[in-house]
Amino acid sequence: MTVTQIGAPLARKEDQRLITGRSRYTDNMVLPGMLHLAMVRSPFAHAKIEAIDASEAKSAPGVIAVLTGNDVADSQGSLPNAWPITPDQQAPAHPAIAVDRVSFTGEIVACVVARSAAAARDASELIDVDYDDLEPVLDIEQAAADDVLAHPDLGTNRSATWVFDSAEAGTGGAIDQSLADSDVVVERAYHQQRLIPAFMEPRSTVVDPTGEQLTIWTSTQVPHILKLMLCMTLGLPESKVRVVAPDVGGGFGGKLQVTPEEVICILAARQTGKPCKFTETRSESLLAAHHGRAQVQKLRIGASRDGTVTGLDVRLLADMGAYLGLVTSGVPILGAFMFNGIYKFDAYRFECTNVFTNRAWTDAYRGAGRPEATYAIERIMDDLADELGMDPIDLRRKNWIAHEEFPYSTVSSLEYDTGNYEAATDKALELFGYDELRAEQQRRRSNNDQVQLGIGVSTFTEMCGLAPSRVLGSLDYGAGGWEHAQVRVLPTGNVEVVTGVSPHGQGHETTFSQIVADRLGVSFDNVEILHGDTQVSQKGLDTYGSRSLTVGGMAIVAAADKVIEKAKTVAAHMLEADRDDIEFDSGNFGVQGTDKSVTLAEISLSVFAAHDLPDGFEPSLDSDATFDPENFSFPHGTHLAAMEVDTVTGESRLRKYVCVDDVGNVINPLLVDGQVHGGLAQGIAQALFEEAVYDETGNLVTGSFVDYLVPSAADLPSFTTGRTETPSTTNALGVKGVGEAGTIASTPAIVNGVLDAIRQFGVSDIDMPCSPYRVWSTLNEARTAGAQTGVAQ
Amino acid sequence: MAQGTQARTSITVTVDGTEYTDDVEPRLLLVQYLRDVLGKTGTLIGCDTTNCGACTVHVDGRSVKSCTMFAVQADGAEVTTIEGLSRDGELHPMQEAFHECHALQCGYCTPGMIMQSIDLLSEHPDPDEHTVRNGLEGNLCRCTGYQNIVKAVQTAAKNSGGVV
Amino acid sequence: MIPVAFDYHAPTSLDEALSLIAQAGDDGKVLAGGQSLIPVLKLRMAAPETLIDLGRVPELSGVTDDGDAITIGAMTPHHTVEHDRLVREHAALIAQATATVADPQVRHLGTFGGALVHADPAGDLPAPALVSGAEMEIAGTGGVRTVPAAEFFSDLFTTAVGDDEILTRIRVPKHTGWHTAYEKFVRVAQQWSIVGVAAAVQLDGNTISRARIGLTNMGSTPIRAHETETALTGCQLESGAVAAAVASVADGTEPPADVNGDAEYRRHLACVLAERAVMSAAAEPVTR
Repeated sequence: MTVTQIGAPLARKEDQRLITGRSRYTDNMVLPGMLHLAMVRSPFAHAKIEAIDASEAKSAPGVIAVLTGNDVADSQGSLPNAWPITPDQQAPAHPAIAVDRVSFTGEIVACVVARSAAAARDASELIDVDYDDLEPVLDIEQAAADDVLAHPDLGTNRSATWVFDSAEAGTGGAIDQSLADSDVVVERAYHQQRLIPAFMEPRSTVVDPTGEQLTIWTSTQVPHILKLMLCMTLGLPESKVRVVAPDVGGGFGGKLQVTPEEVICILAARQTGKPCKFTETRSESLLAAHHGRAQVQKLRIGASRDGTVTGLDVRLLADMGAYLGLVTSGVPILGAFMFNGIYKFDAYRFECTNVFTNRAWTDAYRGAGRPEATYAIERIMDDLADELGMDPIDLRRKNWIAHEEFPYSTVSSLEYDTGNYEAATDKALELFGYDELRAEQQRRRSNNDQVQLGIGVSTFTEMCGLAPSRVLGSLDYGAGGWEHAQVRVLPTGNVEVVTGVSPHGQGHETTFSQIVADRLGVSFDNVEILHGDTQVSQKGLDTYGSRSLTVGGMAIVAAADKVIEKAKTVAAHMLEADRDDIEFDSGNFGVQGTDKSVTLAEISLSVFAAHDLPDGFEPSLDSDATFDPENFSFPHGTHLAAMEVDTVTGESRLRKYVCVDDVGNVINPLLVDGQVHGGLAQGIAQALFEEAVYDETGNLVTGSFVDYLVPSAADLPSFTTGRTETPSTTNALGVKGVGEAGTIASTPAIVNGVLDAIRQFGVSDIDMPCSPYRVWSTLNEARTAGAQTGVAQ
Repeated sequence: MAQGTQARTSITVTVDGTEYTDDVEPRLLLVQYLRDVLGKTGTLIGCDTTNCGACTVHVDGRSVKSCTMFAVQADGAEVTTIEGLSRDGELHPMQEAFHECHALQCGYCTPGMIMQSIDLLSEHPDPDEHTVRNGLEGNLCRCTGYQNIVKAVQTAAKNSGGVV
Repeated sequence: MIPVAFDYHAPTSLDEALSLIAQAGDDGKVLAGGQSLIPVLKLRMAAPETLIDLGRVPELSGVTDDGDAITIGAMTPHHTVEHDRLVREHAALIAQATATVADPQVRHLGTFGGALVHADPAGDLPAPALVSGAEMEIAGTGGVRTVPAAEFFSDLFTTAVGDDEILTRIRVPKHTGWHTAYEKFVRVAQQWSIVGVAAAVQLDGNTISRARIGLTNMGSTPIRAHETETALTGCQLESGAVAAAVASVADGTEPPADVNGDAEYRRHLACVLAERAVMSAAAEPVTR
C-alpha cells in the first residue's frame, strides 16, 4: 500500500456544515403546514389522575387538538423494554401519555397540538389536571424494602434479580468459601449517584404523515432500532415507516431510547394528518429524558496478606426509575462482567436487584454499567491497598493479568483477547511524575498544609464493541449485535459507503473514509459515507457501546473486500489475464510480473457500461456485508489524577490528569484524543460536579443548567493523554472502542485522588459528587470521630 | 390569557449584512426570530436558563446569548451569526481553527462557541489558557472536554495575529 | 422557552418610562438588560402584562465623575462597568465584583442597576454596593429620592424601588484610600455565589485602620458585618490575626441551605472568604 490514511490525524469531513451553521438538526426542520406540540407534565412524583379538563385549551387560539391518556389509551401501546433480564422480570406498562396514574415528576399527562409553538405552549397552561397525590418511593434502598410501592398494581418494587456465580458458571471458586479463607476482607458500600446525560441538543422529533410513508426525523442514536420498536409498539408496517437521524447533537446513551415524545408525535401526526414537531426545552430534557447510573453497590473483596486478591462479592441495587426503557434493565448486567476489571482472582459472585422508584426512568449513559463496575473495583482496590499498607499501583501490579497471559479467560466468563497493562501503567507513571508527586504529597502532609495532595489511580478495561449476537442472546437481550455495510463504486470511481451505525458527533464520516480510502486505494475525499436514514441505510443496529468502529467498521472492511474480489474478475477480463495473477494494490489491479494494470475507476466505468464483461458477471461491484463480531473488544488504560484538596473549604481541584489508553490500532489520533478528552470531562463531572437531586416530594431540584452542574472550560484543566497500541486480535483492523474509555476510568481516579488526600484524617469513604460541602462535612465527621476515638490527627 | 393587547411590533434588524423588517410579537426571542422568522438555523438553542451559550451571536459587535434578548430589543441593531462569518467563501480564522484542531464533535455548541471565541479574541488578542477557559465560561460543550477548543482559540489568535 | 405574551414599550426618555410604568402598575415589569428576568419569563415563573424596556433611555447609561463620588447609570452594562476607567480607579470593588457576574455574554447585556433591583441574595453586586456606601437614586412620577444601599435591599428579590419607580443612578463615593477585593465561592464558574464576601480596608503600615465587610448569600439581603469591621480595626495584617478578627463574621446570619451547603457550611465559608478577601484586598493597589 502506498496510500496510508489509517493512522493519519485528518481533520474531519463533517465539520464544514457544523462550523458554518449549515447544520441539519431536527429542530431546524420546517414542513408545510407543520403543527407544534407542547407537553403537559406531572408536577407530582406519584399521583392518581382523577380528571383532565382540556376544554379551554381545545378552544384556545391556534389549537388543533389535545391528546390525553384516555384519548390514546387504545392506540399508544406500551413503550418497549428490549432486555428482559430474567423470565419473571416485573415491569409496569409504560404509556407515552399517562392514563390514570403518574409515576414520576415530568411524566406526560397531555399534549397540545397547535399551529405554532407559542400557541401550543399557551394552551398547555389551560389544561386542568386533577391529581390525587400518592406516596412516592424515592430512595433505592427504601424501594427494595417494598414498604411503599412505586407501582401499587405491580405488588413489588423489585423488577428482577440477576446472578452470576463463578462456582456455578465453572469459571472460578465459591465466593463465601473464598472470603472465609482470605487473610483480609474489605467491605464497602458505594453510591453511584443519578446522572443526566445532558447531550447539548435537546431532543426533537418531526413526523410527516403525508404521502404513503410515515417519515420520522428525530434526534436519536438508533434510527434502525427505533423504527423497528415504533412499528412493534404502534402496530405500524415496517415498510411504511422511515426514520431519519439527521445531524444529532450528542447522545451519550441518552438518545438510545424509544421515547414517549416520539410516540406522541406519531399519534398527533396521524390524528391531524399534518406534520408535527416537538422540541423539548432543556428543563424538560433534564426532567424527563432518561437518567443514568443510580446504583447502590455493596462489595466484599478478599485478599491474602501479601496483596493477592482472592475473591469479590458484589451486590447491587439498581434504580430503574419509574419505568423500564429500551435497555434499562440490562445496564447493570453490562457491568456484571467488569467488576473483576483487569485483575485475576479465583472467586466472583454478582447479584443485582433492579428496583422501581418514582423518579425519572434510567437507562444507558456513557459506558452503561461498565463505569459503575470500574468505579467499584477501582475504589475497593484503593481501599484494600490502604488496608494492607500497600502502594495502590503495587497492589494492582500484583493482581493484574500479565501481558503474556493473553488471551485470558476471566472469572466473570469473558475472554480478553489482548492487553498490556504493564506498558500502559509504566507510561502513565512516567508522564505523571508519580514519584515526584508522592514526594510532594509527603511534604505537604508533614507540613500539615491547608491544601493536601492526593494521587488517584485507576486502571480499567471494558467490554465494548457491542456485541457478539450469540452472547447477547445468552443474556436475553432482544436483538443481535451485528452490523451492516454496503460499499458502492460509482461509475466515476467515487465510492459511496452505507453504514448501519448512526453517528452523533463521533466522526464516522472521517474515520470510515480513511478506512475505505486505504482499503480501496481511493482518495479520502472521494469517499462518501451515508448513514442515519433507514431509507438509505436499510439495515443496521446503530451506535452505542463503542461499537461503530469495531463492528460497523469491520462490516465496511468486509464489504470493501468483496468489491475488490469482484473487481479482480473484471480486471482479469480487461487485462486478458488469469484472475489468479491479478494483484490489487493502492487502487490498481495489475497482472503479476507485468506493468499492465487498470484502476478501480476504470473497472467501475466498464462495469457500469457493461458492454464487455466476463460471461455471467453480474454488472455491479456493489457489495454488502454484515459483520457479527466473535468477541467484544477490550480497550484498557491507566489513569492518574493529582487532586489538591483544601482541607478548610473542602474544595477539590484537579491539578494534573494523565491517562494512557490502549485502544488498539488508531485510525485517526485526532479523533481518538477528542473522544478521550470528552469522556474524561464527563467522568470527572460525575466525580466532582453532577448529580440529579430530588427533594423529599420527588421534585427534581437540579432541573435546569443553573443547578445541574455541567462543567465549563473554566472548570477543567488540560489533560495529558498518552497511548499504547496493543492491537485487538478479534478484528482485522486491530481496533478497540474508545468512546467510553475516558468516562469509565476518570471517575474512580478522581475520587481515589480526593480520598488519598484526606485518608490521613481518618476518612475512608466519600460519596460523589465530591463537592466542597461534602468533602468538608466528611472531614468534619472524621475529625469528630477521630477526637472521640483518639485517632491521631 | 388575560394578558395585554400583545400588539406586534415592527423591527428592522441587519443580520449578517442583510437588513430585514418584520412585525414580531414582543415575546419573540432574538434566537427564535433568527431561526423561525429568518430561517437562520445555524444559531442553536441548548437551554432555557442562559447557561449553555449555544445561541451566542454578536449584537452590535458584542457577544450575547440570543435566547436572553427579545427580538424587539434588537430593533436597529446589527447582528452577526455563525452564518455570517465566512467572507467570499473563505472561512473565518476561528472556523478554520476549530476544524483544524478538532474542536467540535456533535457540533451543537459550536456556533455559540465560535461566536464567543471571536468576542474573546477581540478583547484578548493573545490569550493564555486561563484567559481562554474563563472567557468561555458561559458556553457548555458535552463532547470535547474543551481541550481542543482552547487549542483552537489560541491557534486562531496565532494565525490571525490577534485580528479577528 | 416561550414567555406568556406581554405588551412591550421602549421609552426613549426617563419621563416617558415613568409614565408608562405608572400606567402599567402592578402588572408592569421593567426590562433592564433582562439577564435574570428573561429566563424567569421563559420558564413562566413570572408573567407580567407589560414590559417597559429601559434599553433605549440614554440618560440611564454611563459613568460620570461627580467629584467625591462617581455616578453609574442604572442601565450601564456590566461589561462597561467592569472596564470603565472611573469605576476601576475610584470604585475598584464594584469593578472587581462585576467581573465575577455570570459570564461574558451576560455581562454584555446585563446592567448594574438591573442586578441591584433584582436583588438576588446570591447576586454579586448588592454586597459590594453596600460596602461601597452606594446611594441609589430612585425616580418616580412624584420626583427623585435617594436611598442609601443599607436601606435599599429590603428582602429576598425586594428593594426600596416601588412599582411605579425606576432606579436611575447609583452614586458610589470614591473609595479613596481603600484597598478592596471580592471573594466568591462557587463549584462551577458560572454558578451563582454559594457565598461571597466583599472587603475594603484602609491600612496604616501593616495595621488595618478601617475595614468594611459585606456578605453575599448569607441571608435574604446582603449583609454588612459591622462587628467584624470593628474587630478588624487595629488588626495586624497577618492571616492568623485576620482570621481571628473575622471569626464571628457569620454570627447571627441565616443563610440558605441547599445541595451546595447547609447554613453551617455557609457560615464557615463566610469566615474563610472574609479572611481571604481582607488579605487579597490588602494586596490590591489602593483606590484613588
